[in-house]
Amino acid sequence: MAKVAAKAKEKPVKKKQTVGMKILTVLFSIVSIFYVAPVFIVLMNSFKSNAAISRAIFEFPNADSFQGFQSYMTGMFHGNYPFWKSIVWSFFITIGGVVLILFCTSMCAWYLQRSNSIVCKIIYYFCIFSMVVPFQMVMFTLSKTADNLKLTTPWGILIIYLGFGAGLAVFMFSGFVKSIPVEIEEAADVDGAGPLRTFFGIVLPIMKPTFISVAILETMWIWNDYLLPYLILDMDYKTIPIHIQYLNGSYGHTDTSAIMALIVLSIVPIIIFYFACQKYIIEGVVSGAVKG
Amino acid sequence: MFRKPKRKIYFLIFVLPTLAAFLIGFVYPFFNGIYLSFCKFRTTSDAVFIGFGNYVKAFQNEGFLHSFWFTVLFVIVSVVLINLIAFFVAYALTLGIRGSNVFRTVFFVPNLVGGIILGYIWQYIFNGILQYYGTNLALNANFGFWGLIILMCWQQAGYMMIIYIAGFQSVPHDLYEAAKIDGAGKRQLLTNVTLPMMMPSITICTFLTLTNSFKLFDQNLALTGGAPGVVSQATGTTVYQTEMMALNIYNTFYANQNSRGVGQAEGVIFFVIVVIIALVQLYFTRRKEVQQ
Repeated sequence: MAKVAAKAKEKPVKKKQTVGMKILTVLFSIVSIFYVAPVFIVLMNSFKSNAAISRAIFEFPNADSFQGFQSYMTGMFHGNYPFWKSIVWSFFITIGGVVLILFCTSMCAWYLQRSNSIVCKIIYYFCIFSMVVPFQMVMFTLSKTADNLKLTTPWGILIIYLGFGAGLAVFMFSGFVKSIPVEIEEAADVDGAGPLRTFFGIVLPIMKPTFISVAILETMWIWNDYLLPYLILDMDYKTIPIHIQYLNGSYGHTDTSAIMALIVLSIVPIIIFYFACQKYIIEGVVSGAVKG
Repeated sequence: MFRKPKRKIYFLIFVLPTLAAFLIGFVYPFFNGIYLSFCKFRTTSDAVFIGFGNYVKAFQNEGFLHSFWFTVLFVIVSVVLINLIAFFVAYALTLGIRGSNVFRTVFFVPNLVGGIILGYIWQYIFNGILQYYGTNLALNANFGFWGLIILMCWQQAGYMMIIYIAGFQSVPHDLYEAAKIDGAGKRQLLTNVTLPMMMPSITICTFLTLTNSFKLFDQNLALTGGAPGVVSQATGTTVYQTEMMALNIYNTFYANQNSRGVGQAEGVIFFVIVVIIALVQLYFTRRKEVQQ
């Protein structure tokens, strides 16, 4: 893996563009336009009135149909559950969940790898096993368990995410811990550092690349997750996917223009996230795939 | 590292938080789920053991069987298409054509957007197009099927492309040099050097797309929600034509409280199929390791 990453970092050598390559550039440019078209069309329609959307979705807004940011305002601040609340909860649950997973599972994975007891082996293999299990298999019992334990708030769901997301995280951290020479830790031990100090002072800094990979993968999962929070959270709390599904699923009058505005608003953080950590996302995806 | 006398304390500090969440979020719901699949129940507390009855009913459930074959067909078509597209695009982008970075970004970003949101974006686009022909997505199962295929290619091709690009970049250059000295043409380079060296990436991507497509839920729910529903003449039940397995299990659970046991049994069957896929994957990955 390190080799691949190193290669990817090399600056691509500027090659002479042959005719074939020029054709490819043109072809890919056209395909790219079609690729972004769906998002662009939604963006365009978010500025139009509902009547104009249902009449002709592919038309540019004109003086007649253009209504500015009205849909954004209605979607964000009006209705019995304004969208800004969902954005806040989505951010809270994603950040809280990822931080909790990183903190707890990295410690857990290190202990599991460094201790040879049978209990630890069993826990480790169960974690790997949990990655295979589809959510539909446990959805009912999981939501009932969460109900019984009163974990149906945005705080409680963090614990569920820690439990359900532990598999991948423990697996990836363990894979990395295996490659750290034990001698480093033994040296620290001889110098009188206890396990806690060894972990936070020595192991944690070494694990930084894996931290980033796990963080990226878990962020992508939790931010976009729909069914788990939908089944577990109380009705008072919505995340962005739940909110979008709720608006579309409600029978009768649906405000298409407002929904499109909210879709645009929910894509904006993702695009910012991508451009802010582009390099890490690509690395996270590759290493997650190779190990998973 | 962990000396005997204090071992228990460190187990509590390092492992217990994750372990507790893991027990709540996975282990208990998992075993409870298996138990409940043999029971008749509405909530977890009123379960009565009835043996294999739920499984018999699950296999007689027309909607479940239909969703199984629909899923299989969808998986085959989507896995082939996504991998062909991603492989070709990755190959073209590693040639060093102008604008590679822009194309890579454009193709990858749809991945970061959640399935629910993607589903609705495409629902608007497809319905906008079909409007001109006086029909819509909910009226014809073929539209739903190909719509879902287009959506998944649009979303997943970029992800797989990233993995393939990493694969292409990890093929050592001296192999190409050596083959060229031996007089290999462009075509021979592709079939005899690139393809064999790319096999690990191909295996990874095939199984990733396979499990992703098989477990697909959000996109299915948002794009068609299973529509159109056709009333079966034999049994009088409504069979949703574009419902995939995950969605079918969900609907069996929550649409009708009396069929929860059947829904849980279907969940277990679903889980068993996913485990089989994972074991086949493990077999192929191991075999590949031996060869290298």
